[in-house]
Amino acid sequence: MKKIIITLTALICTASVINAQKLFSRAAYLGFYSNTKMEDIKADNNKANVVLDVPTGAIEISGLVKSFEFEKALMQEHFNENYMESDKFPKTTFKGKIDNLAAVNFTKDGTYNSKVTGDLTMHGVTKKVTVDGIFKVAQGKVTCESKFFVVPEEYNITIPNTVRDNIASKIEITFKANLEELKK
Amino acid sequence: MNCTPKTLRKGMLIAFLFFIFNQATTAQSDTSEVDLLSLLGEEEEINYSSAAFKSTRVINGHSIENVASGVLDFRISHRFGFINTGFYEAFGLDGATIRLGLEYGVNDRLMIGAGRSSFNKAYDAFFKYKILRQSTGKKNMPISLSWFSSIVCNTIKWQFPERENYFSSRLFYTHQLLIARKFNDKLTLQLSPTAVHRNLVRTKAEANTVMALGGLGRYKLTQRLSLNAEYFYVLPNQLADQFRNSLSLGVDIETGGHVFQLHLTNSTSMVEPGFVTESVGDWMNGDIHFGFNISRVFTVVRKKEAKDW
Repeated sequence: MKKIIITLTALICTASVINAQKLFSRAAYLGFYSNTKMEDIKADNNKANVVLDVPTGAIEISGLVKSFEFEKALMQEHFNENYMESDKFPKTTFKGKIDNLAAVNFTKDGTYNSKVTGDLTMHGVTKKVTVDGIFKVAQGKVTCESKFFVVPEEYNITIPNTVRDNIASKIEITFKANLEELKK
Repeated sequence: MNCTPKTLRKGMLIAFLFFIFNQATTAQSDTSEVDLLSLLGEEEEINYSSAAFKSTRVINGHSIENVASGVLDFRISHRFGFINTGFYEAFGLDGATIRLGLEYGVNDRLMIGAGRSSFNKAYDAFFKYKILRQSTGKKNMPISLSWFSSIVCNTIKWQFPERENYFSSRLFYTHQLLIARKFNDKLTLQLSPTAVHRNLVRTKAEANTVMALGGLGRYKLTQRLSLNAEYFYVLPNQLADQFRNSLSLGVDIETGGHVFQLHLTNSTSMVEPGFVTESVGDWMNGDIHFGFNISRVFTVVRKKEAKDW
Protein backbone atom coordinates (compact mmCIF):
# COMPACT_ATOMS: atom_id res chain seq x y z
CA MET A 1 0.00 0.00 0.00
CA LYS A 2 2.74 2.41 1.04
CA LYS A 3 4.72 1.56 -2.07
CA ILE A 4 1.77 2.35 -4.23
CA ILE A 5 1.21 5.70 -2.57
CA ILE A 6 4.88 6.57 -3.05
CA THR A 7 4.74 5.52 -6.69
CA LEU A 8 1.60 7.57 -7.21
CA THR A 9 3.03 10.66 -5.52
CA ALA A 10 6.25 10.32 -7.50
CA LEU A 11 4.30 9.92 -10.69
CA ILE A 12 2.11 12.95 -10.04
CA CYS A 13 5.16 14.97 -9.08
CA THR A 14 7.13 14.12 -12.22
CA ALA A 15 4.08 14.80 -14.27
CA SER A 16 3.66 18.26 -12.75
CA VAL A 17 7.35 19.12 -13.13
CA ILE A 18 7.34 18.19 -16.79
CA ASN A 19 4.05 20.01 -17.27
CA ALA A 20 5.55 23.18 -15.86
CA GLN A 21 8.53 22.89 -18.16
CA LYS A 22 7.84 25.99 -20.09
CA LEU A 23 10.27 28.74 -19.32
CA PHE A 24 9.83 32.35 -20.27
CA SER A 25 10.93 35.95 -19.88
CA ARG A 26 9.30 39.24 -20.75
CA ALA A 27 12.49 41.18 -20.13
CA ALA A 28 14.92 39.42 -22.40
CA TYR A 29 17.77 41.44 -23.85
CA LEU A 30 18.43 42.02 -27.51
CA GLY A 31 21.58 43.89 -28.43
CA PHE A 32 22.56 45.48 -31.71
CA TYR A 33 26.17 46.31 -32.37
CA SER A 34 27.77 47.65 -35.48
CA ASN A 35 31.50 48.15 -35.43
CA THR A 36 33.38 50.09 -38.11
CA LYS A 37 36.47 52.26 -38.26
CA MET A 38 34.19 55.31 -38.57
CA GLU A 39 31.93 54.70 -35.60
CA ASP A 40 30.41 52.18 -33.24
CA ILE A 41 26.65 51.98 -33.17
CA LYS A 42 24.99 50.23 -30.28
CA ALA A 43 21.39 49.71 -29.33
CA ASP A 44 19.67 47.84 -26.52
CA ASN A 45 16.24 46.35 -26.17
CA ASN A 46 15.36 45.02 -22.73
CA LYS A 47 11.76 44.22 -23.51
CA ALA A 48 11.98 41.11 -25.67
CA ASN A 49 9.79 38.09 -24.99
CA VAL A 50 10.98 34.50 -25.01
CA VAL A 51 9.28 31.18 -24.36
CA LEU A 52 11.15 27.88 -24.19
CA ASP A 53 9.36 24.56 -24.21
CA VAL A 54 11.73 22.25 -22.36
CA PRO A 55 10.37 18.83 -23.45
CA THR A 56 10.57 19.65 -27.15
CA GLY A 57 13.38 22.22 -27.08
CA ALA A 58 11.24 24.65 -29.03
CA ILE A 59 12.14 28.28 -28.45
CA GLU A 60 10.45 31.46 -29.61
CA ILE A 61 11.70 35.00 -29.23
CA SER A 62 10.09 38.25 -30.24
CA GLY A 63 11.10 41.87 -29.84
CA LEU A 64 9.59 45.18 -30.92
CA VAL A 65 11.85 47.06 -33.29
CA LYS A 66 10.78 50.36 -31.72
CA SER A 67 12.05 49.20 -28.33
CA PHE A 68 15.68 49.38 -29.42
CA GLU A 69 17.28 52.35 -27.71
CA PHE A 70 20.20 54.12 -29.32
CA GLU A 71 22.54 56.64 -27.85
CA LYS A 72 21.58 59.23 -30.46
CA ALA A 73 17.94 60.03 -31.13
CA LEU A 74 18.58 60.54 -34.81
CA MET A 75 20.15 57.10 -35.15
CA GLN A 76 17.08 55.62 -33.52
CA GLU A 77 14.83 57.49 -35.92
CA HIS A 78 16.83 56.37 -38.93
CA PHE A 79 16.90 52.77 -37.65
CA ASN A 80 13.10 52.77 -37.41
CA GLU A 81 12.29 54.92 -40.42
CA ASN A 82 14.90 54.16 -43.03
CA TYR A 83 16.24 50.70 -42.28
CA MET A 84 13.87 48.52 -40.27
CA GLU A 85 10.67 50.33 -41.32
CA SER A 86 9.16 49.56 -37.96
CA ASP A 87 5.72 50.91 -38.85
CA LYS A 88 5.45 48.25 -41.54
CA PHE A 89 7.37 45.51 -39.72
CA PRO A 90 6.95 46.16 -36.00
CA LYS A 91 8.39 42.87 -34.72
CA THR A 92 11.48 40.78 -35.11
CA THR A 93 10.94 37.12 -34.26
CA PHE A 94 12.85 33.88 -34.00
CA LYS A 95 11.13 30.51 -33.92
CA GLY A 96 13.37 27.54 -33.60
CA LYS A 97 14.42 24.38 -31.85
CA ILE A 98 17.43 23.25 -29.86
CA ASP A 99 19.21 20.78 -32.16
CA ASN A 100 21.03 18.88 -29.42
CA LEU A 101 18.33 18.91 -26.77
CA ALA A 102 19.67 15.68 -25.23
CA ALA A 103 22.93 17.45 -24.35
CA VAL A 104 21.15 20.09 -22.28
CA ASN A 105 20.06 18.98 -18.83
CA PHE A 106 17.73 21.60 -17.44
CA THR A 107 17.51 19.86 -14.08
CA LYS A 108 21.23 19.75 -13.40
CA ASP A 109 23.51 22.72 -12.72
CA GLY A 110 25.96 23.39 -15.50
CA THR A 111 26.75 25.26 -18.66
CA TYR A 112 25.51 23.66 -21.84
CA ASN A 113 26.54 24.64 -25.34
CA SER A 114 23.91 24.10 -27.92
CA LYS A 115 22.98 24.76 -31.50
CA VAL A 116 19.63 26.32 -32.19
CA THR A 117 18.11 26.24 -35.65
CA GLY A 118 15.08 28.20 -36.67
CA ASP A 119 13.45 30.97 -38.65
CA LEU A 120 14.61 34.52 -38.05
CA THR A 121 12.11 37.08 -39.29
CA MET A 122 13.28 40.64 -39.65
CA HIS A 123 12.10 43.49 -41.88
CA GLY A 124 9.48 41.11 -43.29
CA VAL A 125 12.08 38.60 -44.49
CA THR A 126 12.35 35.11 -42.98
CA LYS A 127 15.61 33.19 -43.10
CA LYS A 128 16.65 29.88 -41.66
CA VAL A 129 19.58 30.35 -39.30
CA THR A 130 21.59 28.15 -36.96
CA VAL A 131 23.14 29.93 -34.02
CA ASP A 132 25.22 28.95 -31.01
CA GLY A 133 23.32 29.10 -27.79
CA ILE A 134 24.53 28.70 -24.24
CA PHE A 135 22.19 27.48 -21.51
CA LYS A 136 23.29 27.93 -17.94
CA VAL A 137 21.51 26.13 -15.16
CA ALA A 138 22.27 27.19 -11.61
CA GLN A 139 20.14 26.54 -8.53
CA GLY A 140 17.13 25.79 -10.61
CA LYS A 141 17.45 29.04 -12.60
CA VAL A 142 18.00 28.84 -16.32
CA THR A 143 19.66 31.60 -18.31
CA CYS A 144 20.35 31.49 -21.99
CA GLU A 145 22.38 33.59 -24.34
CA SER A 146 23.46 33.71 -27.91
CA LYS A 147 25.54 35.88 -30.16
CA PHE A 148 25.40 35.84 -33.93
CA PHE A 149 25.75 38.04 -36.96
CA VAL A 150 23.22 39.19 -39.51
CA VAL A 151 23.85 40.78 -42.86
CA PRO A 152 21.35 43.64 -43.41
CA GLU A 153 21.24 43.11 -47.19
CA GLU A 154 19.98 39.55 -46.68
CA TYR A 155 16.90 41.02 -45.05
CA ASN A 156 16.24 43.54 -47.84
CA ILE A 157 17.71 46.37 -45.83
CA THR A 158 19.64 48.63 -48.15
CA ILE A 159 22.33 50.91 -46.86
CA PRO A 160 23.08 53.92 -49.04
CA ASN A 161 26.65 54.52 -50.17
CA THR A 162 26.91 57.77 -48.22
CA VAL A 163 26.76 55.92 -44.90
CA ARG A 164 28.16 52.58 -46.07
CA ASP A 165 31.41 53.18 -44.20
CA ASN A 166 29.58 53.94 -40.96
CA ILE A 167 27.53 50.76 -40.78
CA ALA A 168 29.13 47.35 -40.46
CA SER A 169 28.42 44.81 -43.19
CA LYS A 170 27.69 42.28 -40.44
CA ILE A 171 25.68 43.37 -37.43
CA GLU A 172 26.30 41.55 -34.16
CA ILE A 173 23.11 40.50 -32.41
CA THR A 174 23.19 39.49 -28.76
CA PHE A 175 20.40 37.69 -26.98
CA LYS A 176 20.27 37.11 -23.24
CA ALA A 177 17.48 36.05 -20.94
CA ASN A 178 16.88 34.98 -17.38
CA LEU A 179 14.15 32.41 -17.70
CA GLU A 180 11.37 31.81 -15.23
CA GLU A 181 8.89 29.01 -14.98
CA LEU A 182 5.71 29.71 -16.88
CA LYS A 183 2.67 28.95 -14.72
CA LYS A 184 -0.55 28.76 -16.56
CA MET B 1 1.94 -9.47 -3.61
CA ASN B 2 -1.28 -11.42 -3.99
CA CYS B 3 -3.45 -10.59 -6.87
CA THR B 4 -6.44 -9.57 -4.76
CA PRO B 5 -9.17 -7.45 -6.33
CA LYS B 6 -7.89 -4.55 -4.25
CA THR B 7 -4.37 -4.59 -5.69
CA LEU B 8 -5.75 -5.19 -9.11
CA ARG B 9 -7.83 -2.06 -8.83
CA LYS B 10 -4.75 -0.14 -7.75
CA GLY B 11 -2.79 -1.52 -10.67
CA MET B 12 -5.50 -0.37 -13.03
CA LEU B 13 -5.47 3.05 -11.42
CA ILE B 14 -1.73 3.34 -12.01
CA ALA B 15 -2.12 2.28 -15.61
CA PHE B 16 -4.90 4.78 -16.02
CA LEU B 17 -2.77 7.57 -14.53
CA PHE B 18 0.08 6.68 -16.87
CA PHE B 19 -2.33 6.92 -19.74
CA ILE B 20 -3.60 10.34 -18.66
CA PHE B 21 -0.05 11.56 -18.15
CA ASN B 22 1.02 10.45 -21.60
CA GLN B 23 -2.02 12.07 -23.14
CA ALA B 24 -1.23 15.30 -21.30
CA THR B 25 2.37 15.43 -22.47
CA THR B 26 1.53 14.71 -26.09
CA ALA B 27 -1.26 17.24 -26.02
CA GLN B 28 1.16 19.74 -24.58
CA SER B 29 3.82 19.29 -27.21
CA ASP B 30 1.10 19.67 -29.81
CA THR B 31 0.09 23.09 -28.55
CA SER B 32 3.71 24.19 -28.28
CA GLU B 33 4.06 23.65 -32.01
CA VAL B 34 1.37 26.25 -32.61
CA ASP B 35 2.68 29.36 -30.93
CA LEU B 36 4.68 29.42 -27.74
CA LEU B 37 4.72 33.20 -27.50
CA SER B 38 0.95 33.36 -27.42
CA LEU B 39 1.19 31.70 -24.00
CA LEU B 40 2.58 34.96 -22.66
CA GLY B 41 -0.56 36.74 -23.75
CA GLU B 42 -0.50 39.96 -25.67
CA GLU B 43 1.01 42.59 -23.44
CA GLU B 44 0.03 45.70 -25.29
CA GLU B 45 2.38 48.63 -25.38
CA ILE B 46 1.73 52.21 -26.36
CA ASN B 47 3.07 52.59 -29.84
CA TYR B 48 3.82 56.26 -30.47
CA SER B 49 3.91 57.36 -34.05
CA SER B 50 7.23 58.96 -34.90
CA ALA B 51 8.86 60.96 -37.67
CA ALA B 52 5.69 62.53 -39.06
CA PHE B 53 8.01 65.07 -40.67
CA LYS B 54 11.75 64.89 -41.23
CA SER B 55 12.37 68.26 -39.63
CA THR B 56 10.95 70.70 -37.08
CA ARG B 57 9.83 72.91 -39.99
CA VAL B 58 7.68 71.88 -42.92
CA ILE B 59 9.09 74.80 -44.92
CA ASN B 60 8.56 78.07 -43.03
CA GLY B 61 5.96 76.83 -40.64
CA HIS B 62 6.64 74.63 -37.65
CA SER B 63 5.89 70.93 -38.03
CA ILE B 64 4.61 68.70 -35.25
CA GLU B 65 8.15 67.39 -34.76
CA ASN B 66 10.41 68.49 -31.93
CA VAL B 67 14.15 68.24 -31.65
CA ALA B 68 14.74 65.10 -29.60
CA SER B 69 15.53 65.42 -25.92
CA GLY B 70 19.11 66.50 -25.30
CA VAL B 71 19.73 67.32 -28.95
CA LEU B 72 20.87 70.70 -30.27
CA ASP B 73 19.80 71.68 -33.76
CA PHE B 74 21.76 74.32 -35.65
CA ARG B 75 19.66 75.70 -38.47
CA ILE B 76 20.73 77.83 -41.38
CA SER B 77 17.90 79.10 -43.53
CA HIS B 78 18.23 81.15 -46.72
CA ARG B 79 15.75 82.78 -49.02
CA PHE B 80 17.22 84.17 -52.20
CA GLY B 81 15.66 87.06 -54.11
CA PHE B 82 12.65 86.73 -56.39
CA ILE B 83 13.26 84.45 -59.34
CA ASN B 84 11.61 87.00 -61.69
CA THR B 85 14.41 89.52 -61.11
CA GLY B 86 16.02 87.85 -64.09
CA PHE B 87 19.53 87.15 -65.31
CA TYR B 88 21.07 90.41 -64.01
CA GLU B 89 20.28 89.36 -60.41
CA ALA B 90 21.15 85.73 -61.23
CA PHE B 91 17.43 84.96 -60.78
CA GLY B 92 17.55 86.08 -57.19
CA LEU B 93 20.80 84.46 -56.09
CA ASP B 94 22.47 87.87 -55.62
CA GLY B 95 20.24 88.86 -52.76
CA ALA B 96 19.50 86.67 -49.82
CA THR B 97 17.86 86.87 -46.46
CA ILE B 98 19.05 84.51 -43.80
CA ARG B 99 18.00 83.17 -40.44
CA LEU B 100 20.43 81.45 -38.10
CA GLY B 101 18.91 79.48 -35.28
CA LEU B 102 19.86 77.33 -32.34
CA GLU B 103 17.18 75.03 -31.07
CA TYR B 104 17.21 72.49 -28.26
CA GLY B 105 15.10 69.61 -27.02
CA VAL B 106 14.64 70.09 -23.27
CA ASN B 107 12.77 66.82 -22.82
CA ASP B 108 10.53 64.50 -24.80
CA ARG B 109 7.79 67.10 -25.00
CA LEU B 110 9.39 70.53 -24.89
CA MET B 111 11.73 72.25 -27.29
CA ILE B 112 12.99 75.81 -27.19
CA GLY B 113 14.83 77.88 -29.74
CA ALA B 114 16.12 81.28 -30.69
CA GLY B 115 17.25 82.82 -33.93
CA ARG B 116 18.17 85.93 -35.76
CA SER B 117 16.86 86.89 -39.17
CA SER B 118 18.31 89.47 -41.51
CA PHE B 119 14.76 90.39 -42.59
CA ASN B 120 13.80 93.32 -40.33
CA LYS B 121 16.87 92.39 -38.26
CA ALA B 122 14.55 90.26 -36.17
CA TYR B 123 15.43 88.24 -33.10
CA ASP B 124 13.05 85.46 -32.23
CA ALA B 125 12.56 83.06 -29.36
CA PHE B 126 10.02 80.28 -29.12
CA PHE B 127 8.90 77.16 -27.40
CA LYS B 128 6.95 74.20 -28.72
CA TYR B 129 5.24 71.72 -26.42
CA LYS B 130 3.76 68.34 -27.31
CA ILE B 131 0.36 68.04 -25.65
CA LEU B 132 -0.90 64.89 -27.37
CA ARG B 133 1.06 62.28 -29.23
CA GLN B 134 -0.47 60.10 -31.91
CA SER B 135 -0.39 56.50 -30.77
CA THR B 136 -1.88 53.07 -31.21
CA GLY B 137 -1.88 50.00 -28.99
CA LYS B 138 -2.67 50.37 -25.32
CA LYS B 139 -3.55 54.02 -25.87
CA ASN B 140 -5.24 55.02 -29.08
CA MET B 141 -4.76 58.64 -30.08
CA PRO B 142 -5.60 59.59 -33.66
CA ILE B 143 -3.68 62.89 -33.74
CA SER B 144 -0.71 64.72 -32.36
CA LEU B 145 -1.25 68.14 -30.86
CA SER B 146 1.39 70.73 -29.99
CA TRP B 147 1.36 74.26 -28.70
CA PHE B 148 3.74 76.79 -30.21
CA SER B 149 4.41 80.32 -28.97
CA SER B 150 7.01 82.80 -30.08
CA ILE B 151 8.10 86.34 -29.58
CA VAL B 152 9.83 88.32 -32.31
CA CYS B 153 11.66 91.60 -31.86
CA ASN B 154 12.44 93.65 -34.95
CA THR B 155 15.54 95.73 -34.38
CA ILE B 156 15.60 97.52 -37.72
CA LYS B 157 16.00 101.32 -37.42
CA TRP B 158 12.76 103.20 -36.95
CA GLN B 159 11.11 104.30 -40.16
CA PHE B 160 10.16 107.63 -38.55
CA PRO B 161 12.85 108.35 -35.94
CA GLU B 162 11.55 111.88 -35.41
CA ARG B 163 8.32 110.73 -33.79
CA GLU B 164 8.07 109.07 -30.41
CA ASN B 165 8.72 105.35 -30.79
CA TYR B 166 8.14 102.70 -28.16
CA PHE B 167 10.13 99.53 -27.71
CA SER B 168 6.87 97.59 -27.47
CA SER B 169 6.18 98.56 -31.10
CA ARG B 170 9.01 96.25 -32.11
CA LEU B 171 7.39 93.16 -30.63
CA PHE B 172 5.30 90.48 -32.29
CA TYR B 173 3.70 87.49 -30.61
CA THR B 174 2.56 84.28 -32.23
CA HIS B 175 0.47 81.50 -30.76
CA GLN B 176 -0.22 78.41 -32.75
CA LEU B 177 -1.81 75.03 -32.34
CA LEU B 178 -0.32 72.24 -34.42
CA ILE B 179 -2.73 69.42 -35.15
CA ALA B 180 -1.17 66.64 -37.18
CA ARG B 181 -1.84 63.12 -38.24
CA LYS B 182 0.59 60.71 -39.82
CA PHE B 183 -1.80 58.74 -42.00
CA ASN B 184 0.78 56.19 -43.08
CA ASP B 185 4.53 55.99 -43.42
CA LYS B 186 4.35 58.38 -46.38
CA LEU B 187 1.59 60.89 -45.81
CA THR B 188 1.32 63.41 -42.97
CA LEU B 189 -1.13 66.31 -42.88
CA GLN B 190 -1.22 69.15 -40.40
CA LEU B 191 -3.50 72.06 -39.57
CA SER B 192 -2.05 75.08 -37.80
CA PRO B 193 -4.56 77.61 -36.48
CA THR B 194 -2.43 80.70 -35.93
CA ALA B 195 -2.79 84.03 -34.16
CA VAL B 196 -0.15 86.70 -34.75
CA HIS B 197 -0.32 89.78 -32.57
CA ARG B 198 1.41 92.94 -33.73
CA ASN B 199 1.72 95.77 -31.26
CA LEU B 200 2.06 98.31 -34.04
CA VAL B 201 0.43 98.23 -37.46
CA ARG B 202 0.76 100.72 -40.31
CA THR B 203 -2.88 101.75 -40.63
CA LYS B 204 -6.05 101.53 -38.58
CA ALA B 205 -7.57 99.25 -41.20
CA GLU B 206 -5.09 96.51 -40.38
CA ALA B 207 -5.78 94.15 -37.53
CA ASN B 208 -3.38 94.00 -34.62
CA THR B 209 -4.24 90.39 -34.03
CA VAL B 210 -4.28 88.45 -37.28
CA MET B 211 -5.97 85.07 -37.43
CA ALA B 212 -4.80 82.55 -39.98
CA LEU B 213 -5.08 78.86 -40.71
CA GLY B 214 -2.13 76.88 -41.98
CA GLY B 215 -2.46 73.69 -43.98
CA LEU B 216 0.75 71.71 -44.20
CA GLY B 217 1.75 68.32 -45.42
CA ARG B 218 4.41 65.99 -46.61
CA TYR B 219 4.53 62.98 -48.86
CA LYS B 220 7.54 60.69 -48.71
CA LEU B 221 8.79 59.75 -52.16
CA THR B 222 11.63 57.53 -50.96
CA GLN B 223 13.13 56.78 -47.55
CA ARG B 224 15.27 59.88 -47.72
CA LEU B 225 13.28 62.24 -49.92
CA SER B 226 9.94 63.85 -49.24
CA LEU B 227 7.73 66.40 -50.94
CA ASN B 228 6.43 69.20 -48.70
CA ALA B 229 3.82 71.90 -49.10
CA GLU B 230 2.32 74.54 -46.86
CA TYR B 231 -0.25 77.29 -47.21
CA PHE B 232 -1.22 79.90 -44.64
CA TYR B 233 -4.67 81.30 -45.25
CA VAL B 234 -5.21 84.67 -43.55
CA LEU B 235 -8.85 85.23 -42.69
CA PRO B 236 -10.25 88.13 -44.77
CA ASN B 237 -10.29 91.86 -43.90
CA GLN B 238 -7.26 91.80 -41.63
CA LEU B 239 -4.36 92.83 -43.85
CA ALA B 240 -3.72 95.57 -46.39
CA ASP B 241 -4.20 94.66 -50.04
CA GLN B 242 -0.55 94.17 -50.93
CA PHE B 243 -0.13 91.21 -48.58
CA ARG B 244 -0.73 87.71 -49.79
CA ASN B 245 -1.14 84.29 -48.29
CA SER B 246 2.07 82.36 -47.93
CA LEU B 247 2.43 79.40 -50.25
CA SER B 248 5.52 77.21 -50.28
CA LEU B 249 6.51 73.97 -51.99
CA GLY B 250 9.64 72.02 -51.29
CA VAL B 251 11.57 68.82 -50.83
CA ASP B 252 13.39 67.38 -47.82
CA ILE B 253 16.58 65.48 -48.47
CA GLU B 254 18.04 63.52 -45.60
CA THR B 255 21.70 62.56 -45.44
CA GLY B 256 22.89 61.10 -42.15
CA GLY B 257 22.97 63.88 -39.56
CA HIS B 258 21.71 66.58 -41.96
CA VAL B 259 18.35 67.43 -43.41
CA PHE B 260 18.40 69.69 -46.46
CA GLN B 261 15.14 71.41 -47.26
CA LEU B 262 14.96 73.05 -50.69
CA HIS B 263 11.90 75.06 -51.58
CA LEU B 264 10.07 77.72 -53.52
CA THR B 265 8.07 80.27 -51.56
CA ASN B 266 6.50 83.70 -51.94
CA SER B 267 7.49 84.62 -48.37
CA THR B 268 10.71 86.43 -47.56
CA SER B 269 10.64 86.11 -43.79
CA MET B 270 11.19 82.81 -41.98
CA VAL B 271 9.44 83.68 -38.73
CA GLU B 272 5.66 83.60 -38.23
CA PRO B 273 4.79 87.33 -38.08
CA GLY B 274 6.79 87.77 -41.27
CA PHE B 275 5.58 84.96 -43.47
CA VAL B 276 1.98 84.87 -42.22
CA THR B 277 1.25 88.60 -42.30
CA GLU B 278 3.92 90.21 -44.48
CA SER B 279 4.30 88.07 -47.57
CA VAL B 280 4.15 90.27 -50.64
CA GLY B 281 5.17 87.88 -53.39
CA ASP B 282 2.66 86.80 -56.00
CA TRP B 283 3.21 83.30 -57.34
CA MET B 284 1.38 84.09 -60.60
CA ASN B 285 3.70 87.00 -61.15
CA GLY B 286 6.85 84.96 -60.56
CA ASP B 287 7.59 86.57 -57.18
CA ILE B 288 9.06 83.35 -55.94
CA HIS B 289 12.05 82.88 -53.69
CA PHE B 290 14.26 79.87 -54.02
CA GLY B 291 15.42 78.93 -50.54
CA PHE B 292 16.81 76.26 -48.32
CA ASN B 293 16.97 75.22 -44.68
CA ILE B 294 19.86 73.17 -43.44
CA SER B 295 19.53 71.40 -40.15
CA ARG B 296 22.47 69.84 -38.37
CA VAL B 297 21.89 68.09 -35.08
CA PHE B 298 24.34 67.52 -32.24
CA THR B 299 23.66 65.15 -29.39
CA VAL B 300 24.50 67.19 -26.32
CA VAL B 301 23.11 65.00 -23.56
CA ARG B 302 23.50 61.30 -24.24
CA LYS B 303 20.78 58.95 -23.18
CA LYS B 304 21.57 56.86 -20.16
CA GLU B 305 22.96 53.52 -21.14
CA ALA B 306 20.30 50.87 -21.07
CA LYS B 307 20.63 48.24 -18.39
CA ASP B 308 23.81 46.43 -19.26
CA TRP B 309 24.01 42.70 -18.99
